[in-house]
Amino acid sequence: METLEILQAYWWLLISVLGGLLVFLLFVQGGQSMLYSGVDETERQLMVNSLGRKWEFTYTTLVVFGGAFFAAFPLFYSTSFGGAYWLWMLILLSFVIQAFSYEFRRKSGNVYGTRFYDGCLMCNGFFGCVLLGVAVGLFFFGGPFTVNRVNLLDPSAPVISQWESTPALQSVLNLKTILLGVTVFFLARTMASLYFVNNIDGTADFTARMRRRTLWNGLIFAVLFVTFTVVLMLAPGYRADATGTFVAEDYIYFHNITRMWWLAAVFVLGVVAVLYGIGRTAFDAGWRAGIWYAGTGTVAVVIVLFSLAGYAGTAYLPSTADAQSSLSIANSSSTLFTLTVMSWVSVLIPFVLGYIWYVWRKMNATPLTARELSEESHTY
Amino acid sequence: MNDLLGVVDWSRAQFALTAMYHWLFVPLTIGLSVIVALMETIYVRTGNARWKGITQFWMTLFGINFACGVATGLILEFEFGTNWSNYSWFVGDIFGAPLAIEGILAFFMEATFVAVMFFGWNKVSRGFHLASSWLTALGVSLSAYWILVANSWMQYPVGCDFDPAQMRNVMTDFMAVAFSPVAVNKFFHAVFSGWTLAGVFVIGVSSWLLWRRSNVEAAKSSIRVGAWVGLAGILLTLWTGHGSAVEVARVQPMKLAAMEGLYRGSNGQSLVGVGVLKPESSRTADDPMSFSIDIPCGLSLLVYGNTTGFVPGIDDIIDGVTVNAQGDSIHGPSYADRIVMGKEARKALGDYEAARKAGDTAAMESAAARVQAYYSNFGFGYLPSPEAAVPNVGLTFYSFRVMVMAGGYLLVFILLVLFLSYRCNKWLENKWICLLGLLSIAVVWVCSQSGWIVAEVGRQPWVIQDLMPTSAAISGISKSWVQTTFWIFAAIFTGLLIAEMSIMLRFIGRSVKRDIENPKH
Repeated sequence: METLEILQAYWWLLISVLGGLLVFLLFVQGGQSMLYSGVDETERQLMVNSLGRKWEFTYTTLVVFGGAFFAAFPLFYSTSFGGAYWLWMLILLSFVIQAFSYEFRRKSGNVYGTRFYDGCLMCNGFFGCVLLGVAVGLFFFGGPFTVNRVNLLDPSAPVISQWESTPALQSVLNLKTILLGVTVFFLARTMASLYFVNNIDGTADFTARMRRRTLWNGLIFAVLFVTFTVVLMLAPGYRADATGTFVAEDYIYFHNITRMWWLAAVFVLGVVAVLYGIGRTAFDAGWRAGIWYAGTGTVAVVIVLFSLAGYAGTAYLPSTADAQSSLSIANSSSTLFTLTVMSWVSVLIPFVLGYIWYVWRKMNATPLTARELSEESHTY
Repeated sequence: MNDLLGVVDWSRAQFALTAMYHWLFVPLTIGLSVIVALMETIYVRTGNARWKGITQFWMTLFGINFACGVATGLILEFEFGTNWSNYSWFVGDIFGAPLAIEGILAFFMEATFVAVMFFGWNKVSRGFHLASSWLTALGVSLSAYWILVANSWMQYPVGCDFDPAQMRNVMTDFMAVAFSPVAVNKFFHAVFSGWTLAGVFVIGVSSWLLWRRSNVEAAKSSIRVGAWVGLAGILLTLWTGHGSAVEVARVQPMKLAAMEGLYRGSNGQSLVGVGVLKPESSRTADDPMSFSIDIPCGLSLLVYGNTTGFVPGIDDIIDGVTVNAQGDSIHGPSYADRIVMGKEARKALGDYEAARKAGDTAAMESAAARVQAYYSNFGFGYLPSPEAAVPNVGLTFYSFRVMVMAGGYLLVFILLVLFLSYRCNKWLENKWICLLGLLSIAVVWVCSQSGWIVAEVGRQPWVIQDLMPTSAAISGISKSWVQTTFWIFAAIFTGLLIAEMSIMLRFIGRSVKRDIENPKH
């Protein structure tokens, strides 16, 4: 393996990890979607303030996820974001309205009222999860685009990445991508329930309800996830041959997971950890650590899914319009020089994760209580 | 082609809208984070609880504003992909790196420690809390640094080569990108202008409290901190502004000419102090101004540090007149020639691609050599005429004047406030001084926004100086899509601004009736 290939694989792994962390942190969105379902005002306050101390991590991870893609795989950035314009604009809008809603929702003089901002949080909770799931679905099921660098030479039509001009979202919304979107949504709600059990010291009734929600959301998620896994394993894709030409291959992701057995092992361990976190939280009334098991499992499973999409010469953004326009980590990456520079920067990531972990532990040494909220100088 | 131009115009409008809204909030975040950290430092060092109350008062305003900065910033990064996809490919190998580094090094720092700032008072030690406040301020400035590295690279592309095989620019020297003099200057200029803005904001809000005879001691204490930060900010902004002007003269002479409304330059060029441009239809190269008060030799002095250096005007630059290292005028290729060379570079690139497909190595090498020879003019090949390389002179000229005059006023204002603060602080309660303080809040924002207009309008039509015009950087999207998202963003951000101002005004208004130094929770 040449250095460039190693660095391309390394950066795909980093993006996979960021993707995994992002999906885990979507528990914030999942929690936002539950703000008005069977909770009273005090409980809602606890939920909002508990989530409100974490929302920036999700937001920042999304930004870094985008930045890492830009730096490491600029052709993806150029092709996906420009083509799936409405998909990304709606994702961004849903996060924009989240960013100010926590801070503004109960501030005096907020013009539009608390319900408006809570509505924004709920919109972000639903659309943020579903649409991000749809966007990730493009990694497996692709879109109708072409890439032709020579277009740059034509001043009247210089765009190199062109998507078929289907109206708005039509080119990216299909049953498969929506399936993944809804799966992500129910995963986020499951994780949120686990998070509330862990992070809020509410009434016994509140905690019991959250445990029940963990179970029901978890069951729906499990059914959807199994369906998605079957669809994925049956899906075709493209694999680059020795000359870099993309060749169609049926069951490509099934072939990938059987070829890379260690991914299958991590996948199984991840799924078991998620199910253990859900199951024990639902049935063991004294146990609060489910979020950590399910969270770790989620990160592991998402890393595996990204690996299936990107490794072994697989096209991680297959083109349904022109196979040879498909993107792989080999044909869409930055140069050896840039990947090397960025890899040196990435040495700092463990340090960053370290201080995040340290601060998280300090700030969450004890679960949030209604009394703490009443004593705080700054609440949402 | 018409739709392409429509997409370009609307995408530019959308980027300008989102960037200007973002820049309403960010400088206050930059400066207020430092002021809050300073106030908390005073609290920790003196142990005086009144400073904790003062810190928390300004921290609340910081938090309201911080959320708006975060909300408006997300769009900007992704717009490079959604609206400027060609750009993202053409220079993504270089431009993506600072954005990723910003995320890894700065955003996580901000996101992590800002939570401690707001929610950690009763959870962590005083020292840890103070460190968190400073780390938030550091994260905010670090974030600004990497964004400005990226922005500066667009205006002064260094540390890269063009690779015809990939049809894109590739990074060859990271240190040249990360520490280019334009980037360093721009960073300090922007950050110190943020200090100025926040300092004036603190003085202005405190003036309101003094006007209402409320929290007098807290207001006066805040004014002192705000004024010192503001003074440091404005002096350093002026200094780095001069550095920026020198850099602009060197790397973007057309922008400087537009800033001055200068069409024909001369040795010992004067500087327009105050002036009114003639309407574009009646403007001539030799007499572009309806009225002006000039500072003799001022522009040469500003740019070269002497009274004799030649500063080229817009028509000189189009004709190919440039300046050597000694400040003497020399003749180079005209813009008409550069357009021809740009087209030649593009043709050579097409030849290279054809040779590559045919497997003709010799022809590839020959074409690559031609691309290399003409590449510095590559972007000119997309321009229809030399005049298309001229930015909007009126907007650049007036924005520059507004920025400079507002900056000059702010220096005098801050000095006055500091003087009153230490020599006769009873005067700070004078209603006219309070009114001046309030009005200065508007002035400092006008100054800040004008600066960005100068920087961004003045560099048009280039998205990458000389290498790619904005029109070639675009995505393959429909004009109606961008129009729709433009209005959506306009509505959301305007609604956000209204809510933010309302919340701030209500919070400040209510503070009149409570003791800031001893807040009751």
